[in-house]
Parts: sequence; structure tokens; C-alpha cells
Amino acid sequence: MRQYEVTFIVDPVLSGDEIKKTAKTYNDMISKSGGKIVNEDNLGLKQLAYPINKRSSGIYYCTEFQVESGEMIAGMELAFRRDERIMRFLTVHLDKYGIKYNEDKRNGLIGTKKKNDKDEVKPDPSKKPPYKDKKKAAPRAATPAAPATTPAPAPVAAAAPVVATETVTAPEPTPVANVKSEEE
Amino acid sequence: MATRDEIKFLSNPNIGGQRKKYCRFKKFGIKHIDYKDPDFLLQFINDQGKILPRRITGNSLKYQKKVAIAIKRARHLSLLPYVADLLK
Repeated sequence: MRQYEVTFIVDPVLSGDEIKKTAKTYNDMISKSGGKIVNEDNLGLKQLAYPINKRSSGIYYCTEFQVESGEMIAGMELAFRRDERIMRFLTVHLDKYGIKYNEDKRNGLIGTKKKNDKDEVKPDPSKKPPYKDKKKAAPRAATPAAPATTPAPAPVAAAAPVVATETVTAPEPTPVANVKSEEE
Repeated sequence: MATRDEIKFLSNPNIGGQRKKYCRFKKFGIKHIDYKDPDFLLQFINDQGKILPRRITGNSLKYQKKVAIAIKRARHLSLLPYVADLLK
């Protein structure tokens, strides 16, 4: 038993019934020629990445099936080519990992299948905090300097409390001015 | 002889070192790459729609081949463009 997966794009201009009928004819064809359908999936109307037959969208169908031999696939692909309703098709042999992947996907174990849970998509690599150390180091260098300068003018400028408050905010230039004013 | 710990560098020698690339398929145990998932495959093509080299993605040879096949299948089914401009 070999497992295959056929994906095809149906013309979106057709009516809803016709589209379903088209998909059904091929699924019937598979089962008639001795295949066992594992899963049928309608992926829905999708925007095409480039126009095919002057159409900008298409309805995607995906069917997974098992057959003893792949001889029937040639016949199926011929029918696909002859059919005007089919825009594109692709038949792929699934290896054991592919089978497992599709099973898991159906059971909702893999990825963001439909609509819900988009939140659990790969946690971003946590940002390392290299900047924190620098930030910590910078205030430390600044803070010891400020108290060292502020007490110096305070005893000298005892009668000027307004000037003292200014020295706290801008420590370096003002003390010099204070000293000068006191000297005068 | 001075050991490396004793040597004082003017600048931090660890800055600017590139992080080691790795193969995400090997690391996370992904065995199958789905050609019907264009959002995932978008990570392996540039904004012109070209397949990125292993040199950049860091994929192992085995999985780079599989990625390339999946992208080509997706292109055939018009899930990804053959040629693009300002993709992404």
C-alpha cells in the first residue's frame, strides 16, 4: 500500500454545486479504481500568488488516499488535464513522516489549523538584557557625585536656601557660582 | 603566562560575535515539510521569492533539499509566487 496526496485547484467561477461535483468525481474515481480515501479536505477559496487562466483565486481541494499500485494515477492526471474546471493539480507520494504529519494535523496536534489558537506559535527567543548592566552602572556613577558636591556649598551658603535647591538639580556648575558670590 | 581571565580587554570581546546558526528541523525534530503551508515556507525565501541559501538559513543539507522541494511544489500550486517584488 502506498499513500498519496492529490491537491487540485477548481475554477472559482463555477457555482457551488458544480465545484462540489467536480471534487466528488475525482474522489469517486479514486475509490472506483481500487483506492481507499483516507481524508478529503476542502481548503477553501484562496487568493492565487499569480494568475492562472486569468483567474486570481481558486478553490483548493486536497485528498489523501491509499492504493496498491500507482498505475491509476496516470489515468487520474490525464482526466485532470482534460478537465477545464481544474486549474492546477499536484499528486505527491507521502512517506511515513508525511502520513504522520497529516494525521497529527487532522487531530489538531500540529500548528494553527483553522482560526483558533494562533497564540502558541513559537516563543520568540528571549531577549538578553545586555543594556541593564550599563544602565545600572550609569546612575551609580552619577549618584555618588551629586552628594559629594551638594554638601560643600550648603555650609557656605547658609542664608540662601533657594540656591541650595538649585545645587541638587544641577550639581556641577552652580557650586562654583555660589562660592564666587559668597566671596564677593 | 597570563590566563585569559587575567587579560584586560579595552572593549568587551563578546560583543559583536555572531550567534551560531542551527538547523531548526534537526533541533525541533521536524521531519516533514508541508508544501501547503506558505506562511511557514515564507521564512526560507527572500522578498523576490527566491529560495534562501543554506548559508543564511542554517538548514542542514537534508532539510534544505526538502525545503526547496516544498517551495517548488507550493509555487506550482500558486501558493507562493515564482517571481515577486516586495514579497513580505
